[in-house]
Amino acid sequence: MPNKIPNRQAICDVLMRAAESDRDVVVLCSDSRGSASLTPFFERFPQQSVEVGIAEQDLVGIAAGLASCGKKAWAASPASFVSTRSYEQAKVDCAYSRTNVKLIGISGGVSYGQLGMSHHSAQDIAAMSAIPGMRVYLPSDRFQTARLVEALLADDKPAYIRVGRNPVEDIYADDDCPFQMDRATWLRRGSDVAIVATGEMVRPSLEASRELEAQGISATVLDMYCVKPLDVEAVVEAASAARCVLSVEEHSPYGGLGSQVAQVVGERCPRPVRCLSLPDEPVVTGTSPQIFAHYGLDAGGIAAAARDLLARAGE
Amino acid sequence: MRQNTPTLEDLDLLRWDLRQDCVDIIMAGGGGHIGGDMSMMDALMVLYLRHLRVSPETVDDPNRDRFVLSKGHAMEAYYAVLCHQGFLDLADVKARFQQFGSPYIGHPNNKLPGIEMNSGSLGHGLPVAVGMALAGKMDGRDYRVYTIMGDGELAEGSVWEGAMSGSSFALDNLCAFVDRNRLQISGCTEDVLRLDSQEERWAAFGWNVLSIDGHDLAAIDAAITLAAETKGKPTCIILNTVKGYGSPVMEGKAPWHHQLPNAQEYAQISADFVARKEAALHA
Repeated sequence: MPNKIPNRQAICDVLMRAAESDRDVVVLCSDSRGSASLTPFFERFPQQSVEVGIAEQDLVGIAAGLASCGKKAWAASPASFVSTRSYEQAKVDCAYSRTNVKLIGISGGVSYGQLGMSHHSAQDIAAMSAIPGMRVYLPSDRFQTARLVEALLADDKPAYIRVGRNPVEDIYADDDCPFQMDRATWLRRGSDVAIVATGEMVRPSLEASRELEAQGISATVLDMYCVKPLDVEAVVEAASAARCVLSVEEHSPYGGLGSQVAQVVGERCPRPVRCLSLPDEPVVTGTSPQIFAHYGLDAGGIAAAARDLLARAGE
Repeated sequence: MRQNTPTLEDLDLLRWDLRQDCVDIIMAGGGGHIGGDMSMMDALMVLYLRHLRVSPETVDDPNRDRFVLSKGHAMEAYYAVLCHQGFLDLADVKARFQQFGSPYIGHPNNKLPGIEMNSGSLGHGLPVAVGMALAGKMDGRDYRVYTIMGDGELAEGSVWEGAMSGSSFALDNLCAFVDRNRLQISGCTEDVLRLDSQEERWAAFGWNVLSIDGHDLAAIDAAITLAAETKGKPTCIILNTVKGYGSPVMEGKAPWHHQLPNAQEYAQISADFVARKEAALHA
């Protein structure tokens, strides 16, 4: 039975549980409560909900002001807008001023695949990662999303969390979701290729590793939900045990997970690296699965890229 | 108003000393935004010395009043006031302003005591102040929140997002000042991008609007009191000011947005402050 619960709903569930006993948990939306699955929160906790209208700069500035007065401010807006329209507020009001604001980028990547580049966020990892003091997380399924939100509720530093719009197949289970804050989750350990993936690319990477296994290729799969701070030691360990490294992300080829993984591998354990990503151009119109398949970001494409990389690494 | 506050007569003298401190900080650091410092100084002084309920001992008190300097480039005036109020040490600020590794940078640094938020990029202060005021309402605290914006800053769209939310949330614990000195780097604000009428614009956005002479200490004082007494909506106090106020060397001259006085100009500016203080003393 396919999972029908999107990661955004997992965020709402955890925030509602927290708000029951903590009136400082505050959620802000920019006419985005429905798309963020936060309507239940607004209905259950109207005194802890803030609607700012379609105004992302105001959204993040107000969140920072609330946080400076002790609130745990969670501001949700489409990733395409909150990572760009309010980028300066994220930089100055959140990161530079060290306020406890958690920015939730909903419908991230190409979730709105049919709506054009204005609604895609293929630059958010690069943009947010470049801000000193800003952390960047892309959870891979609903269970990990819940663990991440629980962990973030316990700290007082800013962070950016990107989730997609649609439900994604489970990787973990409620009673089997190994999670350590800022540490990648090892899904498989292998000796030929180390696949480092984030967000919605983790599941097809795991499927690719099974396909590769059937072909006699041993793959590591790292769920790098913490793009910043990157789990450097996990990357080094995975890369050192393999002949080559493949990064997979729903992002621009520049400044995302691949760039960071390549930096680490190049510096600490040099070996061939290939970065699978969206192209440096407006992506083709389509649903997320169609777009992923088109650019080789599905299980088959990832496995093919791994075989190609291994062939080159072996030369 | 607080207890044991200085009188307006006291402040009519002090404002020239604070201006001298401000100019001395600028000279020590080799730069600053002197024109906007001078236009804003009187309102900042009256606010901090007669109204704002915060002291070096209460910088972490959740019930303290909040102030956000949205026109963050007027930092030297803010340093002068923070030093006078005991948050910072004037000699230390003068010794290290803008020096290598110094915490005394050219814009607000909230690692320093008494400074709530970092700013510098314009158009940020009002939304942040809205958030602070909203938190006060949520928690049932009676603190007030103030911010000062420049008039050139009002071209930033985020100011008007904040204006909409401030009135939409009925934040009567919020008071925004506009330092309407009518000059920005490139010249007259009305030539750069028309800003008149600020009174009509803020009223149209649902704010209580008070437009006053921004160098009339009694008018500033009364406006802040009136803002605190106004219920159901935030107040915008439009300070009609003179950029570079205090010395004819600078007054009303756009280049003094961030011009550094030479030795002769410095001497003249200081003499003008002394003369105005003397005039106030004998008024």
